[in-house]
Amino acid sequence: MSEIINILIVGVGGQGTILASKVLAGVVQEKGHEVKIAEIHGMSQRGGSVFTQVRYGANIASPTIPQGEADIILAFEKLEALRWLSYLKKNGRILINDQRIDPMPVIMGTVEYPADALQIIQDKCQNVTMIDGVSEALKAGNIKSVNMVLLGVLSKFLDFDGDIWLKVMQETIPAKFIDVNLKAFEAGRKY
Amino acid sequence: MKKLLTGNEAIARGAWEAGVVVCTAYPGTPSTQITEHAAEYDEMYAEWSPNEKVALEVGGGAAIAGGRAMVAMKHVGVNVAADPLFTLAYTGINGGLLLVAADDPGMHSSQNEQDSRHFGRAAKVPILEPADSQEAKDFTKLAFELSESFDTPVMLRVTTRVAHAQTTVELGDRQEVGLKKYEKIAAKYVMVPAYARRRHVVVESRLGKLQEYSETASLNRIEWNDTKIGVITSGVTYQYVKETMKDASILKLGITFPLPRKLITEFAEQVDKLYVIEELEPFIEDYIKSWGIEVHGKDTFSVIGEILPETIREKMGIEVENTVDNNEAASAIPIRPPVLCPGCPHRGLFYVLSKLKTTVAGDIGCYTLGSLAPLNAMDTTICMGASIGNAIGMEKARGKDFARNLVAVIGDSTFIHSGITGLIDVVYNKATTTTIILDNRTTGMTGHQENPTTGFTIKGEPIKEVDLELLVKAIGVERVVVVDPFDLDKVEKTLKEEMAAEEPSVIITKRICALIDKESDKTPYIVSQEACTGCMRCMKLACPCIIKEGKKVRINTAQCVGCGLCVTVCPSGAIKKEGEANV
Ligand SMILES: Cc1ncc(C[n+]2csc(CCOP(=O)(O)OP(=O)(O)O)c2C)c(N)n1
Repeated sequence: MSEIINILIVGVGGQGTILASKVLAGVVQEKGHEVKIAEIHGMSQRGGSVFTQVRYGANIASPTIPQGEADIILAFEKLEALRWLSYLKKNGRILINDQRIDPMPVIMGTVEYPADALQIIQDKCQNVTMIDGVSEALKAGNIKSVNMVLLGVLSKFLDFDGDIWLKVMQETIPAKFIDVNLKAFEAGRKY
Repeated sequence: MKKLLTGNEAIARGAWEAGVVVCTAYPGTPSTQITEHAAEYDEMYAEWSPNEKVALEVGGGAAIAGGRAMVAMKHVGVNVAADPLFTLAYTGINGGLLLVAADDPGMHSSQNEQDSRHFGRAAKVPILEPADSQEAKDFTKLAFELSESFDTPVMLRVTTRVAHAQTTVELGDRQEVGLKKYEKIAAKYVMVPAYARRRHVVVESRLGKLQEYSETASLNRIEWNDTKIGVITSGVTYQYVKETMKDASILKLGITFPLPRKLITEFAEQVDKLYVIEELEPFIEDYIKSWGIEVHGKDTFSVIGEILPETIREKMGIEVENTVDNNEAASAIPIRPPVLCPGCPHRGLFYVLSKLKTTVAGDIGCYTLGSLAPLNAMDTTICMGASIGNAIGMEKARGKDFARNLVAVIGDSTFIHSGITGLIDVVYNKATTTTIILDNRTTGMTGHQENPTTGFTIKGEPIKEVDLELLVKAIGVERVVVVDPFDLDKVEKTLKEEMAAEEPSVIITKRICALIDKESDKTPYIVSQEACTGCMRCMKLACPCIIKEGKKVRINTAQCVGCGLCVTVCPSGAIKKEGEANV
């Protein structure tokens, strides 16, 4: 990987991408990297298409990842994976939660959910990892912990010790929910 | 100590370090978190004002009284605050006064993409534009010094990407600057014509001095590189230029009004081809052109939308080899517009409005999402508070009959912001408008701020809340009904009655926002596949949890919050609480 590592997290408002990126940012900082994060808080959080862009390394100017430069895309939803595909480097890696959330135009039947979304992605990139985040989250004890399962999978492709992840999770996540989230993260890490 | 901060957090920190004593704001993306963070510091008074005009008046009062004050708002908020702004520029300040204007190129969460720099220039106040969180903090502090040394309000203009991006900031300590002496100086602060004429002269000479300052200020700096291409830029666009045009020489402007004419001229003379890369309006470019200098800018870049690193590459013909080509797929990807949340109280009302095919003069808030398909229950959305005036105008143009299936809808925060005056117009000018105030106990769209109707201040102190019922009665509305928007029958009956009445009426729909509701049972509902007849009535609710599967429907239990509105519309009793149903 190059001097700057670019990680793009995409999903649907309400899926918990923000918490996942918060943990990731915490881990990156814990290791003392220079980091810039681009995120937009606003209307899209009401079920729209959401993203967080995390960049770390040396001499980062733009807080957003330029198109075509993401080393890894972590997609919480299949359609969102497809939407952001052009942000991936040619030999980049894309991790996709095997979940379909229909946007309103699809729910209403005015457009179709692209049935071949995965096929298109697989045709264009070699490094695709599919994740059954929902099943893993249910096994961990709460369907809402999908975000931590996915983060666990992401962690396998990044160069940070498991302990750092756990430490940051403990600092970031309220005590009430920490057990389920740690379990979900572990499940992802072993996935 | 270094810390990763959003631009908004950094601005709040900058205000704190600068010894600010009063922070005011009306929420608005992307500026909202500035004041949320300011409220975390005990040394600063912070408030959610009812609207931006009041926010700036409070800030102005604090400054005249000798304290440093910061006032934050989104770009369209400056329209609302323009009146005090233009005259505060005449009076000048005493303690420093900073107005933060947060623009939203690309309209991530806005109704237009106006460029606040036009306002700064029109009001004749200096404009600073930070490019990251460190600068956001530094420029905020500097703004107070400039404000006091030039005796002027200062505008800090940020954009969504600066406000929301997180970059590293070196933290400093608070500097207690104390209060300046308060003196009664009518000739400076009482803007009657005789005094204002004299102050206008002061404003013009101040601009000249600011211009001189701009020429040598370290905020404006040149980064020499290859001189084939020179780029003049400001704000986050500077970062994008650095990212993508590694060879270009850059003149980075931190102060964009008044512009450093000499510095720009010198830079222009030394580069072969000069570009201005700026988002939105050709603000810098137009000045440069007016000086007779050849420059490219909006001939290459659009005035519409954001400029991103990839935009610069595309427009400047810079190739990237490595990208995954997804162009043909991209065109076929369904958009994902935001929706009313699962459990949203607004859904009940909009379901009925949609059913009755009512003409809806709309307003701005989460409920604007009622405009989207399949509800399609909104005819207009202009600006905050416009719904009631728009409804009056529709009735006055088309006659009373048109008002018999016409309502104005307005959220609680929006009603306080600028709906009250519209309602006074209804009564005063004998309109027969039915106004619906959607009281969801919060300012939802901007992320759940308190407001005068919720019973709490920004710091969480309990206060006496505005009694909406009493307020509208005091205005002179005699027909006032409070309903639960999930009681669909009552909503429908009330709507029909109130629209039929040829006199002003107000319906208050009262139910707490699902995202802040801690009390109700969140157990999701499920659909019995045997009992579901596939009538699809529940689909009309536009609930993102209800999914059509074959000829029947299913509920996405991961998202469902158990509000039960679908149970109300299901004619076959097919929807049951999870755990209770035997399916
Ligand atoms: C002049 C102006 N200031 C601020 C905003 C940002 N803004 C959009 S919606 C909204 C809040 C609406 O709250 P409310 O009326 O209570 O409706 P809710 O979102 O809770 O349904 C705000 C502050 C704006 N669009 N225009």
